[in-house]
Amino acid sequence: MTGVRLAKPWLDLDEAAIAALPGQLGIYEIADAKGGTLELGFAGGRSRFGLRSAIAEAAAKHESAARFRYEVTMQYWSRFEELLAVYLADHGELPPGNADRGEQRVGRLGAGRIAAAGR
Amino acid sequence: MDFELSPEQKLILETVRRFVREEIVPLEADLDPDASELPPHHRERLVAMTKELGFYGLDIPEEYGGPGIDLTTRTLMAFEMAQHRAGLYAPCYGVFGGAGLAQLYEADDDQKERYLYPVLRGEKRGFFALTEPSGGSDPARAIRMTAVRDGDDWILDGEKTFISGADKADFGIVFARTDPELGRKGITCFLVDTDMPGFRVRRIVHTLRSTHYAAELEFNRVRVPGRNVLGEVNQGFAIANDRLSRNRIPYAAGCVGVALKAQEMAIAYAKTRKTFGDYLSTRQAVQWMIVDNEIDLRTARALTLEAAARADTGRPFRTEAAICKLVASEGASRVVDRAMQIHGGYGMTKDLPLERWYRELRIRRVGEGPNEIQRLIVARDVIGGSFH
Repeated sequence: MTGVRLAKPWLDLDEAAIAALPGQLGIYEIADAKGGTLELGFAGGRSRFGLRSAIAEAAAKHESAARFRYEVTMQYWSRFEELLAVYLADHGELPPGNADRGEQRVGRLGAGRIAAAGR
Repeated sequence: MDFELSPEQKLILETVRRFVREEIVPLEADLDPDASELPPHHRERLVAMTKELGFYGLDIPEEYGGPGIDLTTRTLMAFEMAQHRAGLYAPCYGVFGGAGLAQLYEADDDQKERYLYPVLRGEKRGFFALTEPSGGSDPARAIRMTAVRDGDDWILDGEKTFISGADKADFGIVFARTDPELGRKGITCFLVDTDMPGFRVRRIVHTLRSTHYAAELEFNRVRVPGRNVLGEVNQGFAIANDRLSRNRIPYAAGCVGVALKAQEMAIAYAKTRKTFGDYLSTRQAVQWMIVDNEIDLRTARALTLEAAARADTGRPFRTEAAICKLVASEGASRVVDRAMQIHGGYGMTKDLPLERWYRELRIRRVGEGPNEIQRLIVARDVIGGSFH
C-alpha cells in the first residue's frame, strides 16, 4: 500500500494554535494524547474560516482531542478520500469520527477487497 | 438538419428541466462545492422518482430493461441534466442510473451472469483500464501490460494509470498485450476481479477534479482464468475503440449543458449588475462576450445532436463524434471563461459553480482522447488515411 500518508508535524490543540491557523482550504487529522486518530476531515468551500473554523468545530466534538495536524490543499476532497483509504488499509476500520461514513464508501488502497465492506 | 423537437421530446425535456431545478439544485446549497455524491437518503428518494418517471437506467439497452430512449433524446436530456454545479462529471448525482460498462453487453452469457447483471442490479462496480504510464492517446502502441497464456489461464503483468473508480470497484475491464508482433491486433480485453492476488491500487492521482479522482494500478502476475477473456483473443482494441467513439457524444453533451447554464447566469448577472450608472448588459464589451458565448453554444449543440442523430440512424458517426467532442469541450471552456469574466470577482469564488466548471472543463480537452487525437481522426477522414 503506497497511498501518501499525512506527514505534517503534530500541534497541541489549544486556542492559540487554532487562532494561528490559516483560513485556507485543506485537510486535517485530530488525535488524542496517545496519538490515536479521532477524526480525519477537510475544510471545504463552505467552511467559514477554512481550516481554522473546521478544526475548531471538529475538535469540539471529541472530548479527548489533544493534538492535530493539517495540510493546505485545494484538492481537499480527493486528499481526504485518500487519507481515509490509507487509514482503513492500515487499521482495518475508520477513525471513530468517520465511522458513520461507512467503509463501503471508502476506497481501497493496496491489495484485496475490504472485507468489512460486504460487497 | 432539422432539430425541431417532437411533442414527446418537449415533454421529456420539460420534466428533466424541472427535476434538475426543483430537486437537484436546491440540495447543492448544503453540499460542499466540490461534492459529487448526495447523502444516501436523498439519493434513494431521487432514484425512486426517476424510476417512477420511467427515466432510470437511460443508457441501458431496452432488452436489458432500459427505457428505450434514442440517443438524440438522451443527448437533449444530457444537456439539461448537466445544468447544476456537479453536472459535468456527476449529472444529477447519478440518480438517473448508468449503463454500467458498455463492453459488458458484448460478454458471453456466463460473463453477463457474473458481471453485467450484478452491475445493473447495483451489486457490483467496475472500472475501465486502458491508459498506461506509457500513454493513453495511442493505446494500440502504448499498451505494455502483457498477458501470457499459462494453461487455461492468463498471467497479467503491468501498470495502468488515470483509472477512475478502481479503488471502489469489484472488477475491471483491463486491456493487455497478448501478441507483441501484431500491434493493435495483439490486444486482448480481460475481466479482472480486484481480489485476484497481484492486483493493487497503488495510489490516488490528484487532479483539477477533486472528486472522481483517478488511481494508479499495479498488476503483478495476476492470474486470470480463460473464461474471463472478454470478446476474442487479440480483438480487444476494437472493443476499446468502439467504446471511445460512442462515449464522445454524451461527453460533449455534458460540456454543452454546463455552458448553457453558464450563459444563462452570465446574461442574468449582466442585466442586474450596474457599473458607471448602467447595467453591464448595455456595455458592448459584455454584449460581445455573450454573443461569442451564444455562437460557441449553438455550434456545439448542433454538432453534438448531429452526431447523435447519425448514430441513431445507423450511419457512420466516428468523425462527427470526434468533431462534437472537440468543439463542445473547447467551446464550453470559452463560454465558462467569459461567464467568469462577466461575473468579475464573484466568478472566481466557490460561491458560484463557474470555478468548478472551469477546472473540470480543462480536463475535458484531454479526457476521452485529447482534442489533438480528435483532429487526427477528422484529418484521416477528410484527407484520407494515408494523408496523400
